[in-house]
Amino acid sequence: MSRIRTERLVNLVICLLATRRFLTAAQIAATVPGYEHDPDDPKDHEAFQRKFERDKAELRDLGVPLETGTASVFDAEPGYRIAPRAYALPEISLAPDEAAAVGIAARLWQHAGLAAAASSGLAKLRASGIDLDTQATLGVEPVVTVDPAFAPLTAAARDRRAVTFEYRRPEGDAPDRRRLQPWGVVCWRGRWYVVGHDLAREAARCFRLSRIVGPVKATGPAGAYEPPPGVDLISHVATWSGPVERTGRATVLVRPGRAAGLRRWAAECVPTPEGDRLVLPYSDAEGVAAGIVGYGADARVLEPPEVRDAVIQLLKEAVARHEAADPAVMT
Amino acid sequence: MSAASADRLARLLNLVPYLLARPGIAVAEAAADLGVTERQLREDLELLWVCGLPGYGPGDLIDMAFDGDTVTITYDAGMDRPLRLTPDEALALTVALRMLAETPGVAQRDAIERALAKIEHAAGDVPGPQVAVRLPGNEDRLDTIRGAVQRGRALGITYYARTRDETTERVVDPMRVLMVEGRGYLEAWCRRAGAVRLFRVDRIDAFAELDEPAAPPPQARPKDLGAGVFRPSPELPLITLRVGRHARWITEYYPVEAVRPGSGDEWIVELRVTDLSWGRRFVLGVGPGVTVLGPPELVASVREQAAEALAAYAAPNG
Repeated sequence: MSRIRTERLVNLVICLLATRRFLTAAQIAATVPGYEHDPDDPKDHEAFQRKFERDKAELRDLGVPLETGTASVFDAEPGYRIAPRAYALPEISLAPDEAAAVGIAARLWQHAGLAAAASSGLAKLRASGIDLDTQATLGVEPVVTVDPAFAPLTAAARDRRAVTFEYRRPEGDAPDRRRLQPWGVVCWRGRWYVVGHDLAREAARCFRLSRIVGPVKATGPAGAYEPPPGVDLISHVATWSGPVERTGRATVLVRPGRAAGLRRWAAECVPTPEGDRLVLPYSDAEGVAAGIVGYGADARVLEPPEVRDAVIQLLKEAVARHEAADPAVMT
Repeated sequence: MSAASADRLARLLNLVPYLLARPGIAVAEAAADLGVTERQLREDLELLWVCGLPGYGPGDLIDMAFDGDTVTITYDAGMDRPLRLTPDEALALTVALRMLAETPGVAQRDAIERALAKIEHAAGDVPGPQVAVRLPGNEDRLDTIRGAVQRGRALGITYYARTRDETTERVVDPMRVLMVEGRGYLEAWCRRAGAVRLFRVDRIDAFAELDEPAAPPPQARPKDLGAGVFRPSPELPLITLRVGRHARWITEYYPVEAVRPGSGDEWIVELRVTDLSWGRRFVLGVGPGVTVLGPPELVASVREQAAEALAAYAAPNG
């Protein structure tokens, strides 16, 4: 944008902030430098109108709350103004430790678009008189990343607009088309989910953002629904009810110096002439078998039979699957 | 209108209240704080200097006083407050603050919560919850590691390297503690490897603070984690797997190089591994849904290890 246009827009903001009356386009043109034209020349007038429309769009894109109304009941033409209360960042004061937290939070984003939004947000806080220490640290820093669907889904949840997207589960072959009224987005144990009302299933559903394929499209009007009052988004995603109880005990004979992974997991380790005897606490036989089988001949289950049989079964299947390599695919 | 010029307009609207709050600030200091060059800042000030209230006479225009290298706004023409936060700005700040507040081992959690409440208040009436965050809690070990890192000592750690299935002792110079995708990591200069390494906190089996300060060498740079923790380098061995429908979940948990359809509902999946022996343990552990197609030495080692183990079970004392 040219310097001339920037200057015109700054003057337009100052003018509309200062006025209490709604100013019509004609009044603005007669006042703000840069809009001079001949209203009686249709071409010139049309050029002004295009310019003014672009400028209004520009200000709205920046988040400037441009109000439209008429100055009196006798006015047919709409006018414009900016209410200072709607424009201004409310007074905010942050204690030094709070300012440090905000400064740290703003640099955690690894997502380019939101990193830019965080730093322009910080700039506004600075302009509000807050000094931000960007060198501070809090010891542990989360790396904040989001999937591409994050921005459109949070915007739709904010605007209460339904969305459609293609959703692919790994077990499925083709993606499904889903229609959702999103209530909000949740980060649960490092993964992002959207929670909302599924319009086809007519029920609350959550979807993992990393499984959304292609764009998220907002459909229908804003304000089309309300999430259930007091909805707890996390509860729709959280399926983890606490650490599993490992009441089972498997005894495994391990070759000396091998299977370090099993040794870390062992409740006890007793050296014997045949090898080290480990006791592994476990919750389900299939799970512990999957952990043991990878060590091949380095680890042999002595008991219980359910674990021993599960390991033997996995080994037999592995031998069978790898006995004859498929020459067609090997090339 | 280009993004750069939109940025400039946003910057200009912000500049008057910024300077108003800091009378007599050095131009160089303001430029550094705002992330622009001193020259750019002076150009911005020149532009603002000809803007002002209708009338546009000497008493209407934004005015400022320069004293040496410092600047003071003497008339603001009504631009005394910054523009309120856009929804995206509020979202970016509040989500990052929530992440921070939820991160186990973070110091000054109450300050983060207070800051979050104030930012949410300043952002205005955004209806209802839009984003909620819950990370794994109760990470006592993360907290003790953080404490050790903050005391600035080198650490002796006992670390389980899962890809090589070995537990080793190393001396490391801690750089920072991170939470990535819900897991805690210590980023440190590893004296044994002579490189920056990320150590998963749940695999640090023991550690001791040493009597010397942490001193990462100048070439120790924090890793760029934008694309995840494990970014396989092209020189690592590539393995090819045939994956049945019920084992497809592995493509969501491991960084895969390629997925293409195989026969029936099978997928052909390629991934890089730091070590073929990890590949062998992995394939055996995932079970019936996965078959190795290559490289041939991995096919052979899976088959031979499984056969040898079966032979041991079949032996009289097995």
